[in-house]
Amino acid sequence: MSISDRVIAIIAEQAVLEPSDVTPESTLEDLGIDSLGLVESIFAIEEEFDISIPFNANEPSASDFDISNVAAIITGIQKLVSEKV
Amino acid sequence: MKRVVITGAGTINSLGHSVPDTLEAMREGRCGISALEFRDVERLAIQIGGQVRGFEAEGRFNRQQMTLYDRFTQFTLTAAKEAIDQSGIEFHGDIAARSGVVLGTAGGGVSTWDDNYRSVYEDGKNRVHPFVVPKLMNNAAASHVSMEHNLKGPSFTVSTACASSNHAMALAFQMVRSGAAPAMLTGGSESMLCFGGVKAWEGLRVMSKDACRPFSANRNGMVQGEGAGVFVFEEYEHARARGADILCEIVGFAMSSDASDIVMPSKQGAARAMSGALADARLSADSVGYINAHGTGTAANDKTECAAVAGVFGPHADELMISSTKSMHGHLIGGTGAVELLACIMALRDGVIAPTIGYEEPDPECALDVVPNEAREAKVDVALSNAFAFGGLNAVIALKRI
Repeated sequence: MSISDRVIAIIAEQAVLEPSDVTPESTLEDLGIDSLGLVESIFAIEEEFDISIPFNANEPSASDFDISNVAAIITGIQKLVSEKV
Repeated sequence: MKRVVITGAGTINSLGHSVPDTLEAMREGRCGISALEFRDVERLAIQIGGQVRGFEAEGRFNRQQMTLYDRFTQFTLTAAKEAIDQSGIEFHGDIAARSGVVLGTAGGGVSTWDDNYRSVYEDGKNRVHPFVVPKLMNNAAASHVSMEHNLKGPSFTVSTACASSNHAMALAFQMVRSGAAPAMLTGGSESMLCFGGVKAWEGLRVMSKDACRPFSANRNGMVQGEGAGVFVFEEYEHARARGADILCEIVGFAMSSDASDIVMPSKQGAARAMSGALADARLSADSVGYINAHGTGTAANDKTECAAVAGVFGPHADELMISSTKSMHGHLIGGTGAVELLACIMALRDGVIAPTIGYEEPDPECALDVVPNEAREAKVDVALSNAFAFGGLNAVIALKRI
């Protein structure tokens, strides 16, 4: 599975949706993922890829990690995974 | 109903090892938050906290006591001794039989759990010290205070996360007010600044890596602290009869439950607790001069708390002062309300309002007089102390100058 598919699978599970219902344009709000759900998703993604995502729930827009939609999250994770090697 | 007054106060926290030292630090707006020092701290993403420094338990307690006293109990006993010494109250005979200890803590002996889990899981040991359980239990501190000072009345521990101390003090207040007890030792304690304690908090992603800046637009989370605050709550006539120095009067309290979310705060729940405390004390909203805020420095708490204050106090919200001393001593979780009560006593008794330090940028969602960065002199007749816990459990205490 590609990074993109793995991220979408995690987000879909959190949102209790089918992966096919999660599109790159979807925002977390569209998917019904609240702040607590976001923190859980980030934890699951960190575990899946063995990376650390710089995210502070107090200032979600201040960190380098863009969570504005699914595509942005996937791009951010691809970058973190590539930096890991 | 009896009147209830505070005749003794004790504390240990990152600002000082006594009440005078702590109040001096609050007056000067000093920050007790700095780099954490303990085993494995380098594996944490969050490496700051309001840690108690220079506290040598070994000199204060004997070897046998050390095997039974977790750090949260050590803090509690230290603060309780200061409070009782100041009060001058003696517990014997009927007074001892009817007076008790109600304390708050969220985690109890967290470092005892941490050390012993490490020992069996990481170090592979198959045996732990026989006193692990009596050392880590949440009521250990209350029990040791009762033993040390001969308090034989109603004694127990309350655990409601960040509101534990306020719930405990509200219950102690009720017992003295109802006549059930002539005096109560009350307050709370917390010692979660160890690897496991901070690691657990890290997971929520609500902690700041650099500073606690309540109400400031650039705030980025809470910072943990540790320590204890303990008070002698005493029936007014009893205190007067023995010529006690009265620090202030406790005039009301209220508790409420948001019944809504396990971590997100609720404006309605906070507002109901504040207005309930005023109603219990039979005070009008405009009599309040100072509120010691819950003020955690998270995005969610501070704006919700300010909205609740605006709702309860109306136009008077712009007249009163509200500050968060967590900016200086950090968030003592289950012990926080007890240490913060000291700021209310200082406001009422000394006419000095503790500041919210680290304040850098106004936030339109927190547009109240938060006493930024510098303490202020002001005459205050009534003060409130807010605590709003995870789990949506709120407790507010109302105090009056005497």
